[in-house]
Amino acid sequence: MSINQSGWRPEAPQTGNADAPTFTGNRALMLEEPLIFEIGSTETTGVDFDDSGAPAQGHKLGNLVRTAPIGLPGLSEPEAVRHYTRLSRQNYAIDLGLFPLGSCTMKHNPRLNEKVARLPGFADIHPLAPVDTVQGALGVINELAFWLIGLTGMYGVAMSPKAGAHGELCGILCIKAALEKRGEGHRKVVLVPESAHGTNPATAAFAGFTVEDIPATAEGRVDLAALKARLGQDVAAVMITNPNTCGLFERDMKAISDAVHAVGGYVYCDGANFNAIVGRVRPGDLGVDAMHINLHKTFSTPHGGGGPGSGPVVLSEALAPFGPLPFTARYEDGHIRLIEEETAGEDHPDSFGRMTAFHGQMGMFTRALAYILSHGADGLKQVAEDAVLNANYMLRSLDDVLDAPFGPSGPCMHEALFSDEGFAEGFTTLDVAKALIDEGYHPMTMYFPLVVHGAMLVEPTETESKAALDQFIGALRSVAARAKTGDESLKTAPHFAPRRRLDETLAARKPVLVWSDPALAQAAE
Amino acid sequence: MRYLPLTPDDRRAMLATIGAASIDDLFVDVPEHARLSGPIDGLPNHASELAVERHMAALARQNVAAGDVPFFLGAGAYRHHVPASVDHLIQRGEFLTAYTPYQPEIAQGTLQMLFEFQTQVARLLGTDVANASMYDGSTACWEAIVMARRITRRGKAILSSGLHPHYVSVARTMATFTGDAIEATAPCLDAGPDTASLIDRIDDDTSCVVVQYPDILGRIGDLSDLAAACHAKKALLIAVVTEPVALGALKSPGEMDADIVVGEGQSIGVGLQFGGPYVGLFGCKQKYVRQMPGRLCGETVDADGKRGFVLTLSTREQHIRREKATSNICTNSGLCALAFSIHMTLLGEAGLRDLAAINHAGAVAAAERLARVPGVTLVNDAFFNEFTLELSKEARPVVRALADRGVLAGVSLGRLYPNEESLANGLVVAVTETTTAEDVETFATELEEVLA
Repeated sequence: MSINQSGWRPEAPQTGNADAPTFTGNRALMLEEPLIFEIGSTETTGVDFDDSGAPAQGHKLGNLVRTAPIGLPGLSEPEAVRHYTRLSRQNYAIDLGLFPLGSCTMKHNPRLNEKVARLPGFADIHPLAPVDTVQGALGVINELAFWLIGLTGMYGVAMSPKAGAHGELCGILCIKAALEKRGEGHRKVVLVPESAHGTNPATAAFAGFTVEDIPATAEGRVDLAALKARLGQDVAAVMITNPNTCGLFERDMKAISDAVHAVGGYVYCDGANFNAIVGRVRPGDLGVDAMHINLHKTFSTPHGGGGPGSGPVVLSEALAPFGPLPFTARYEDGHIRLIEEETAGEDHPDSFGRMTAFHGQMGMFTRALAYILSHGADGLKQVAEDAVLNANYMLRSLDDVLDAPFGPSGPCMHEALFSDEGFAEGFTTLDVAKALIDEGYHPMTMYFPLVVHGAMLVEPTETESKAALDQFIGALRSVAARAKTGDESLKTAPHFAPRRRLDETLAARKPVLVWSDPALAQAAE
Repeated sequence: MRYLPLTPDDRRAMLATIGAASIDDLFVDVPEHARLSGPIDGLPNHASELAVERHMAALARQNVAAGDVPFFLGAGAYRHHVPASVDHLIQRGEFLTAYTPYQPEIAQGTLQMLFEFQTQVARLLGTDVANASMYDGSTACWEAIVMARRITRRGKAILSSGLHPHYVSVARTMATFTGDAIEATAPCLDAGPDTASLIDRIDDDTSCVVVQYPDILGRIGDLSDLAAACHAKKALLIAVVTEPVALGALKSPGEMDADIVVGEGQSIGVGLQFGGPYVGLFGCKQKYVRQMPGRLCGETVDADGKRGFVLTLSTREQHIRREKATSNICTNSGLCALAFSIHMTLLGEAGLRDLAAINHAGAVAAAERLARVPGVTLVNDAFFNEFTLELSKEARPVVRALADRGVLAGVSLGRLYPNEESLANGLVVAVTETTTAEDVETFATELEEVLA
């Protein structure tokens, strides 16, 4: 007899109607919560102020004193704490369970990193404070930069980009600046594989490039021969994700780089999947010219429900002179200098300029540095190995029930890719994803990459135990079996989440982006 | 290693399931030449929590925290008191460790918060709608310039001389690559903003005028005439707010008919953090909503008819539109938006107005006291919580000398405009509710000695 590890009685007798509505609309711990506009009042505040010592003098606001109401509701502290705590419970999160969102690297966020980021010496310093008063902060930037360069085998790093897409823009702008410096601004084509993240073509287009597809081979990698055939004097750069979004290492990366360099182009690498190779492979050894590193992926700074991210860009010797301001430089005496507009002229005349007001995501730098030091050289290598091991374990534990289009060609890297092949007529990847919600999981990445029909991209990360993987595998096997036999209840999943499937078409057709008081709307009619 | 749950036995069992003899078999696609033979140069092996904390604390101690000294820096980042409950709530794992809400059924917490945030921001800025955040004020500002180009199909942006010089730098950087023409000059130490000059320069090629409110010198000017002048030439008015607390006391840019209002939200809920992460605010008129960059959260219903929220109008965005997207932005500043929203909810309208009044009263008192120091002249006619002093000496060495005396005295215009000699004696001073009367007195006393 197997042991029931869940703690629940297997067949608890049910009495009463489980579907009966409750008076409140709540379902025990699943609590409904109104909007602040429905429960707060503009007269209420949760903040007390000292009696201002300042004498009540006349104001200096000219004729611009606000007279109209703003319409901002307030809550007392207990009400506010309850409101946001209740909202938080309607979210899935890594802290609750496995979050296998492919290409997003949802790993555990160590709380030490939260603690150190909040030290007043980091959290309470101004970006324009005199440089001598912030040597420790510049030290963090400098030290993190040093390790990022070491881990990637590159020449330099631009620390200020605010997120991955901002980092892509930084890299592409370096490339554009380098081409213009060479007098080759006529190169207008950036080659991007169809499997790339949407940010890649969006970034290249923003910088004024024309985007063309790079063909892929049947086994899910860049088609080197086809790429070589397309390369020419009009090509500014290629943007390649490695490991790619099919979860495969681009074996020909060095040959690709050499071919691109031979025609005078540059190689941009999307570093979103660096977690698979950290400590084992250095992109600099593969001829990469620029690669952003999502500190919020590989280096575990929290995703926060959609940011903040942080996207430092490591650069080759060819591109480093064009990187953005500001940056740090350490003198031999240990003093760290901040290179801004004023001082850039001497040492860094080719910088393309500033990408953001200040120094980048300092709060993420402290966290990422603590992460790197905690893991060390041995730990980071183990991160890549366990991430890849977990993904391959997932792949091989599921490839008899789910179609793994690139499974036969060998092991995957840090994520396993499946398709919807074999599902019953009318059953989709979306149905599987929503059924996983009922099983207590955040679904995998769906319908990405675009090159696989009904793609399901599963990235377990290294911070999952074998037991956690086994339970997820069990759940996904069960759901996949239901999709294959055509279990109608999948079509209406999720059944147990705070909300059922939401009407996205309605939301887009008549966008309601801000709350308006229904009483006022009614009065206006 | 405390963050890695697999045991050696687990690893062996899993390799057996996979059918691999060793971990190296899983990296078989990495060619020999690409494999790193040894550890990363100089990086020690894993370290205990205690050891890492010691290392980081030692670095932190090399910085002078704003809370430890009389502190008067602003110029785009402001020190305000953030209630303890804000930081507690944003550290709840369900917020901190969630992803962008792609699966709305299990992300209603983040989505409802974003809907509330969008509404708060739109009301504060005086716009019809607002998005779910940008990286920061400076990037929101250039996204607004790009958006104005899309709407007007014109390529010349006129930037007020009162716009934060780093925001100007960001716009110039981007314009180098997009081909927009950016007109910008450094400010003069005049008592009021450059509204009249801006109005004169608007022409039929102008996509937008970008004006900061209050501006980099702390000055405030009515935007109504500027908006009318823009609209007469079919250009857009973009207003930039780097100190949102000001809007608790001042008319909003939207009230004065600005078309796009962007801002730096750091003042509310988000600490100084040496410049980031911060939170970009982005609002505009309803008619331009489909040209907005970034994530938008919208209201809808679920299959049972219950109200719920989803990310919407995604056809503007990179993951759908790829090279035709309105912006390449993906990850934005969700957790900072949450901190902003919680702090704003704790303040409420009454609290925000009180906070603004305290800031302004403190600044008026400080300006009056500092202007009594020999060799100091107050530049501004009007200001909110930040004003500019013209000193009898170059301000940068004065700031340096005051730092040695334990006073972080403000931002010298020499730091912001290193090539503008006419601004070298300017010092921008910010005063918030965290500034005490004793701080001001210490500043005034020390300043008098340094200027003597």
